[in-house]
Amino acid sequence: MTELEFDYLRAYLKQRSGLALTPEKRYLVESRLTPVCRRFGLATLRDLVGTLKVARDSAIEKAVVEAMTTNETFFFRDRTPFDLFRDVLLPQAMARRAGQRRLRIWCAAASTGQEPYSLAILLQEAGVKLAGWQVEIVATDLSTEVIEKGKLGLYSHFEVQRGLPVQWLLKYFTQIGEQWQIAPSLRSMVDYRPLNLLNGFEALGTFDVIYCRNVLIYFDTPTKADILGRLADRLGPEGALLLGAAETVIGLTDRLSPNPQHRGLYGVAAPVVRAASPVAPPVSQLRVAAR
Amino acid sequence: MTNDPAETRTCLVVDDSAVIRKVARRIIETLGFAVTEAEDGSDALLRCAEAMPDVILLDWNMPNVDGYAFLQALRQRPGGTGPKILFCTTENDVGAIARALRAGADEYIMKPFDRDILTAKLEQVGVVQADAA
Repeated sequence: MTELEFDYLRAYLKQRSGLALTPEKRYLVESRLTPVCRRFGLATLRDLVGTLKVARDSAIEKAVVEAMTTNETFFFRDRTPFDLFRDVLLPQAMARRAGQRRLRIWCAAASTGQEPYSLAILLQEAGVKLAGWQVEIVATDLSTEVIEKGKLGLYSHFEVQRGLPVQWLLKYFTQIGEQWQIAPSLRSMVDYRPLNLLNGFEALGTFDVIYCRNVLIYFDTPTKADILGRLADRLGPEGALLLGAAETVIGLTDRLSPNPQHRGLYGVAAPVVRAASPVAPPVSQLRVAAR
Repeated sequence: MTNDPAETRTCLVVDDSAVIRKVARRIIETLGFAVTEAEDGSDALLRCAEAMPDVILLDWNMPNVDGYAFLQALRQRPGGTGPKILFCTTENDVGAIARALRAGADEYIMKPFDRDILTAKLEQVGVVQADAA
């Protein structure tokens, strides 16, 4: 792959998915797109670039974008964001919403479903406290392939071991051969939808809690700022946004502010009250002051 | 729960495979544990009599005293309810897991495992802090 071809792929991926690839990620492009070439009968990455340039083949375009998307995830990843949900965010949201008895949660980069299902498990564990409540978990991802896997809720031994307590494995999963499927009652709590965060998401409505973890790290600064601003629009007045450990809003937007007590937790910032322009004192007072 | 070197946590790795013990030791030591090894349940009971560990990575299928018999004997000893037990086996069916939990295991690891899985399980039983890995 020549520099020109690599540059073309970088620009292509930036435009389609927001993925900001630095020059040292050349190896990643080669390792992830070579299987795509094989899948579509293309001999080299040069042929792939040539195809992308001249042909409008949505299957190849989609395969290229999805191959470059990182889908690393596991149940209760990093643990703290889920402890925070159970111990702080859920009780607070329930107190706020006691009138409507309705909660909306959005997992903005849900990947293969472990994050929304972790939240669904915590909601099921809350049990009787949520009886009569309408709780909706919206799970979105750029990749339709991972969304389909999420909908199925079927995981390998390896996947269910990563973060899922064994008691909940037995309680909420059924073993099917070498795999484990999450219970229908939990699957029905999650509404999967394909979504590219670069595009508008106003239609999703507003949410009490948004998880958007470990996805902004792949975007450049203007894209991060744009997405954060639009995520702020999707939060209710006292809504909560959770970002990944390596992500922040600082220096990117003044629409969101960090919660000083909980790392990775952000809320809608109070509107900035601009100091009024000083009004020139009457001439008479100036004269007094001058004495 | 601490990773303070002054309070080094201890882990006993019980497995009849020297390779598994070596791999597990290497991972667990990087998490700040002092590790001892036993090659079967009988050997493990002797180790526990010398010093009760904080956590035991316990293979299920071993010659002489297997994991199940070891766990039953351990739990009846003075101080034997203290160690957290990570039950570890290639038997991945629901019945095997449920049986291990009934016998007193705290968590379950399916072989083969890696550093991420082992670390996550140690976090889950509360002997490693979530941000220590």
